[in-house]
Amino acid sequence: MTNLMEIAFFAAGAVAVIATVLAITRLVAVHALLYLIVSLLAVAVVFYTMGAPLVAALEVIIYAGAIVVLFVFVVMMLNLGTAARETESQWLAGRAWIVPVILSALLLAEMIYLIVRSPVPGDTSGVMAPKQVGLALYGPYLLGVELASMLLLGALVGACHLGRTSPARSEVRK
Amino acid sequence: MNGVPMAYGLILAGILFALGLAGLLLRRNLLLILVSIEIMLNGAGVAFVAAGSRWGQPDGQVMFLFILAAAAAEVSVGLALLLTYFHRRQTLDADSMNEMRG
Amino acid sequence: MLQLLWLVPGIPIASALTLALFRLSQRTVAWIGTCSIAASSLVSLLVTISFLNTPPASGAYTQVLWRWFDVSGLRPEMALYLDPLSIIMMVVVTFVSFLIHLYATEFMSGDDGYGRFFAYMNLFVGCMLTLILADNLLLLYLGWEGVGLCSYLLIGFWYRDPANGRAGRKAFIVTRAGDTAMVIGLFLLFHELGTLNIQDLMHRAVQHWPVGSSAALTAALLLLGGAVGKSAQLPLQTWLPDAMAGPTPVSALIHAATMVTAGVYLIARTHVLYSLAPRAQFAVAVIGAATLLMAGFSALTQHDLKRVLAYSTISQIGYMFLALGVGAWPAAIFHFMTHAFFKALLFLGAGIVIESLNGEHDIFRMGGLRKELPVAFWTFLIAGCSLAGLPLITAGAFSKGWIIWGAYSATNGSAGLWAVALSGVFLTALYTFRMIFLVFFGQQNSQVTRKPGQAMIIPCLILAFLSIAGGYIKTPFARFLDAVLPWNSAATPSVSFGENASEGFTAVVFLLGVGLAYMLFLRQRKFAATLTSSAIGSALHRFWFADWGMDWLYDRLFVLPVIWLAKAGKGDRIDGIYTGVGQVNELVWRGMSRTQSGRLRWYAAAIAAGTVVLIGVVLFS
Repeated sequence: MTNLMEIAFFAAGAVAVIATVLAITRLVAVHALLYLIVSLLAVAVVFYTMGAPLVAALEVIIYAGAIVVLFVFVVMMLNLGTAARETESQWLAGRAWIVPVILSALLLAEMIYLIVRSPVPGDTSGVMAPKQVGLALYGPYLLGVELASMLLLGALVGACHLGRTSPARSEVRK
Repeated sequence: MNGVPMAYGLILAGILFALGLAGLLLRRNLLLILVSIEIMLNGAGVAFVAAGSRWGQPDGQVMFLFILAAAAAEVSVGLALLLTYFHRRQTLDADSMNEMRG
Repeated sequence: MLQLLWLVPGIPIASALTLALFRLSQRTVAWIGTCSIAASSLVSLLVTISFLNTPPASGAYTQVLWRWFDVSGLRPEMALYLDPLSIIMMVVVTFVSFLIHLYATEFMSGDDGYGRFFAYMNLFVGCMLTLILADNLLLLYLGWEGVGLCSYLLIGFWYRDPANGRAGRKAFIVTRAGDTAMVIGLFLLFHELGTLNIQDLMHRAVQHWPVGSSAALTAALLLLGGAVGKSAQLPLQTWLPDAMAGPTPVSALIHAATMVTAGVYLIARTHVLYSLAPRAQFAVAVIGAATLLMAGFSALTQHDLKRVLAYSTISQIGYMFLALGVGAWPAAIFHFMTHAFFKALLFLGAGIVIESLNGEHDIFRMGGLRKELPVAFWTFLIAGCSLAGLPLITAGAFSKGWIIWGAYSATNGSAGLWAVALSGVFLTALYTFRMIFLVFFGQQNSQVTRKPGQAMIIPCLILAFLSIAGGYIKTPFARFLDAVLPWNSAATPSVSFGENASEGFTAVVFLLGVGLAYMLFLRQRKFAATLTSSAIGSALHRFWFADWGMDWLYDRLFVLPVIWLAKAGKGDRIDGIYTGVGQVNELVWRGMSRTQSGRLRWYAAAIAAGTVVLIGVVLFS
C-alpha cells in the first residue's frame, strides 16, 4: 500500500491535469482562467506533498492570486462579449487539433522515456522549511534576488509605458 | 515517512508542460496563448521543486521563486502589449499578426 | 615604266584605307575616291603602253613584291604578273571603275554613308586588280575573297533595311559554297603538283597529267565550282537577282562589269587545265548554254528594271562560259570587254531613270520617258542594241557573233550549241526591247522629279561611245591575245558554212526578236496581257519569274533543314542541366519563402518540432 503522500500526490496531480486540459479547451476565456486557478491550486497541493510548503503558499498567493487575477482584469477590460464564443469555436475546428496533439504527444513520450529508462532512485522525502529557503535566498542566491527585483522593476516600467497608450492617442493614430 | 518518488514528480511536470505546449499551438486567441505559456512555466517549476526536494536542498524552491518572478514580469508586459494590440486592431487573433512574412 | 605595276592595285587600296580611317567632307571623299581610280587607270595605261612598246622577252612581266610566307613547301609570293590577258582585264576594269565612280559621286550625294561607300568601292577595285594581276592562285584567292567581302558590304550598304542585309548574306553564302569547292581545288593542285604559281602550275600539269586524267578533271571541276559561284551561273545563280538591293553604281560595277566576270577570268587563266580535262570543259560549255537560256526566259517576265538587267548579266556570262567551254578563249574575253561597257551603261541609265522617278523600280509604272530624259534614252538605246547585238554598228554584235561562230567551229563546238546560242540572241533581243519599249515609249505613268547632272551624264556618253566603237578592235585584239589564249579552231573544218553565214543568221534572229518585242509591247499590249493570263501562260510566267523555282528548291533542300536542325539543337539535354540548376534553386527558394509565414503559432510549432527532433536524435543515437 502506498503511503499517504503518494495518494495525495496522485489525487492532486490528477486534478491538476484534468483542470489544465479543461483550461486549454474552453471557448470562453473566463472559464479557462477559472479552470487554470483550479489547476494551480492542485499544483500547490502537489508541492505540499513534496515537502515544499513555502512554494505551495507562494503558488497560491502569487501565481493563482496575482497573475491569474491580472488575466481576469484584462479580460474584463477587453469586454469581448458573447460574439467571442462563436469565433473561438470556429478557431477550434477539427483540423487545428492535429499538429498540437501530435507534437505534444511526441514530446511527452520522449520525456517520459528519458525519465523512465534510467531512473534516479530516491524520493522527495523531507520537508524543506521556509527558513532554509530564506537562508539560501539571502545567502548564495542574493544576486539572483536583486536581479529578479530589477526584472520586476523593468516589467513595471514597461507595463506603465505601454499602458499609457491611451484610447485617445490610439484613435488619433488610426 | 516515504515521499513521492522523484520520477512521478518529473512525469507530472512533463505532462503539464506538454499540455501547455498543446494549448499554445492550439489556440488562436492571444490571451489563451499567454495562459498556455503560464501553464508551461508552472510545469517547469514543478520539475524544479521535485528535484530540489529529492536532493534535500533549497535550491529547487529558490529556482521556483525566480521562475515566479519572471512569470509575473512577463505576464504584465505581455498583457500590456495585448491590450495595445487590441486597441489597434480590435481583434485578438494571433494569425492576424502576420505582416512580417515573405 | 613596268615597275609602276604595283601602283595599279596599290593606289585604290591605300585610298580605301584613308577613306576608312578618317572622317572627311563629302567633297574630299568624292575627290579622293574618284582620283585614286583615275590614277590607277592612268598608271595601267602607262604600263600597257610600255608593254606594247617593248614587250618582255617571255611575253609576260612578273613583278615580285615580297615573299608572303614559307611553310612546308608552300611559298607563295606577293607577285604581280602581266601578260596580254591581264593587261586587257586591268585596263577595262580600271577605266570602267573610274567612270562608275564618277557617276557615283553624284548618285550617292547626300547619303549618310558617303565616305563608307567610296571606301568599300575603292577596296573592291583594289581587290579585283589583285585578283587579275595575281601571279599565284593563293594571291588570286585573296583577291577573290576580297571582292566577295566588298560585294557583301555593298549589297547590304543601306543596312537599316534588313532585307538588304539578307540579300547580302544570301550572296555571300551562295558564293561561299563555290569558294569552298575552289579552295579544295587549290589543295588538290598543290598536293599533286607542288606549287600554286599559275605559270609553273600549267607547265607541271601538262608534264604530269595526261589528257583526260582524273586528277585534272577533279581539279578543273573544283575550280569550275568556284567560278560558277562567283559568276552566278547554274546552279549558284540565285544570289545575283537579289543583289540588286544594293545601290545602282554597285550593281553596275560589281554585278555587271567586274566581279561576276572573275569566274571567266579564272577559267581563262587556267585554260591549260581545262584542255587537259575535256569533260570539264564540256561541262563549262553546257553550264554556259543552259544558263543563258534559263536566265533569258526569266528576264522576260521580270518587272523590276534592275532585275531584268541582273538576269541579263547572268545570261551574258553564260555566253562567256559557252565560249570558254568550246575553246573560243579570246571570244570570251572580247565579250567580257564589250559586256563591261554596255552592261555598265545599262545599269547607269537605269540608275538615272530610277532616280528621276524618285525610286520607282517597276517598269510597268514607267513609260514615255524618252522626251524628258533624252540622254538616258539614247545611251540606254545604244547599250540595249549592243546587248541584243545590232549588227555591224554595235560592239556587242561583234563579240556575240564571234562566240556564236565559235560555238559551231571551235574545238568542242557543235551544231547544237550553235543553235542554243542563236536562240539566246532571240531571247536577248526580246527582253531588251521589251524593257526599252516599256520604259521609254508609250504613255508616261510617273512624274520625273530630278534630271541627271554632268557627273552622271558624262560616263554614260563615254560608255555609249565605247559600246559602239569597242567592237572594231576585234582583229588587233585577237592578235594581241593570241600568245596567251589561242583560238582553237576545229581540227577538220567540217564547216558547211562560213562565219559570214553565221553572222547573217544572227542578224535575222535579232530582227525577229526586235520585231516580236515591237508587236507585243509597243503595238498591241493587250495581246501580251492575254498571253500571260492564259492557263499555260500564267503558269510559265510564274515559273520563269521565280527563276525556274531554284530559290524554292534551295530553300527546301538546304535552308529549312539547317534552320530546323538549329531549332532542334536548341532545347537539348545539356541545356536542361543548366536551366535545371536554376529551376531547382528557384523551387527551393519558393519553399523556404513559405516558411516565413509571419504566423506566431507556425513559428512556435517549428520550435517545438525542432526540440522533439533534437531530443529524439540525442535519445536514439
